[in-house]
Amino acid sequence: MNALKRFGYAIALPVLLVGLWWAASAGSTSIFVPRPAPLAATFVQTWLGDRILSDVLPSMGRLLAGVLAAILLGVSGGLLIGSVRWLRELTEPVLEFFRAIPPPVLVPVLMLLVGITDSMKVAVIVSGCVWPVLLNTIEGVRAIDAVLSDSARTYGITGRARVRYLVLPSAGPQIMAGIRQCLSIGLILMVISEMFASSSGLGFTIVQFQRSFAIPEMWSGIVILGLIGVAMSFIFQWTERRVLRWYHGLREVENAA
Amino acid sequence: MLGLTGVLGFLLMWELSSRLGLVDPRFLPPASEVVAALVGDLGLGRFWVAVGQTMQAWAIGLAVSVVLAVVLGFMVGSSGFLRRVTNSTVEFLRPIPSVALIPLAVLLFGVKIESSLMLIIYASFWQIFIQVLYGVADVDNVAMQTAKSYGLNSLARVRHVVFPTALPYLMTGIRLAAAVALILAVTAGLVIGSPGLGREIALAQSGGAISGMYALVLATGLIGVVINLAMRQVERRTLSWHSSVRSEAIA
Repeated sequence: MNALKRFGYAIALPVLLVGLWWAASAGSTSIFVPRPAPLAATFVQTWLGDRILSDVLPSMGRLLAGVLAAILLGVSGGLLIGSVRWLRELTEPVLEFFRAIPPPVLVPVLMLLVGITDSMKVAVIVSGCVWPVLLNTIEGVRAIDAVLSDSARTYGITGRARVRYLVLPSAGPQIMAGIRQCLSIGLILMVISEMFASSSGLGFTIVQFQRSFAIPEMWSGIVILGLIGVAMSFIFQWTERRVLRWYHGLREVENAA
Repeated sequence: MLGLTGVLGFLLMWELSSRLGLVDPRFLPPASEVVAALVGDLGLGRFWVAVGQTMQAWAIGLAVSVVLAVVLGFMVGSSGFLRRVTNSTVEFLRPIPSVALIPLAVLLFGVKIESSLMLIIYASFWQIFIQVLYGVADVDNVAMQTAKSYGLNSLARVRHVVFPTALPYLMTGIRLAAAVALILAVTAGLVIGSPGLGREIALAQSGGAISGMYALVLATGLIGVVINLAMRQVERRTLSWHSSVRSEAIA
């Protein structure tokens, strides 16, 4: 009964909205207004054929490569900078500046430096995504509990073991917060880099539809970007709950007390 | 002091890697040239017009999304029923990347400021809305019951109990949204070609004015830093009241 009720709450508003949309657009003949049933048909026809191989998967591959590289760079750089005090003070203003640059601005810059290639698009994603991970890791490493840190030192836990059992877990929640921002920036940059300079990929295809006034196809492109965003957010939340299970459990205990 | 050294060191590394030819100086002009180009820009009316256009889109977009998000956030947040009903829809709409709306914005508004506004409002609305929802949900039960038993009507309860609780969350949301709004304001210029710094960057790049392009990139970064610092200042001002009240209550 309880699960049924929750399901009802989750499904009620979306059903209502789609119903309204259906009713409102039923008599419409304007090509600008999408209608649910034709939109679904266009979606299947446009994206589930050859395009999934020629546009969707390559885009996703670049996104994945860029995000993974950014996470790796950000976490390792953050561990280093976060644990060395003078390095942190030396680099802080420069890093703050790089974080403040709107990442899409890097697209024309990297187009010049790297050229219009696949690696340019990955470089755009990396150079935009790395900052939130890096800065959050630095913050997380800096905020390690002093007592824990001292205890670890007293027990002779140093080097690799210290990173594995002390630094990474205590910076974990912060790092995950950085990765969450990194994912949404990555998706945005993937689309923009393809809109700006590309002859394939999701961003390019969608802009192409818009320029040739293929309105239903354009709408279906907006839908697929939305679906990718939602899917990424769900995958992230699932992963975060697993990785930080101990942390959420701790928080629950604290809140209950 | 060490930070200043860091900045200087970074500029020096940039200067050297271009001068020594580690990177093609045609594509990465030395730092001194770019800084000179930026200083030159500062004297140009065209530059300030572009900055003005970007900041105008930023300010209007941020203001509209703050108002929308606060009104809707307080409405939805204070009713358990509305919160439960809208949860799935919000969780679905929120992760949709704002750039997905670019083609739609072009179709509806072309290269006018409205297309920037549409992207900015969509992106920053969710940042603030979610924070307001968290904030409203965080209201202390005892405080609420007390206010009720003192006979505060619902408007006064929102004003004196819910609003102060939600204020720190709201300020966090606005700070995040301010950064996002700048990103979208520049992106819209870059990709759609609506007026502002983004369009100037795209023009400089396609026109081969490479130092000029780097100067504009530096300028957007500096604007970003200024916005971050200003937002942090505003946050500290509005909340100094909040934390001082809390520390008094604890003492």
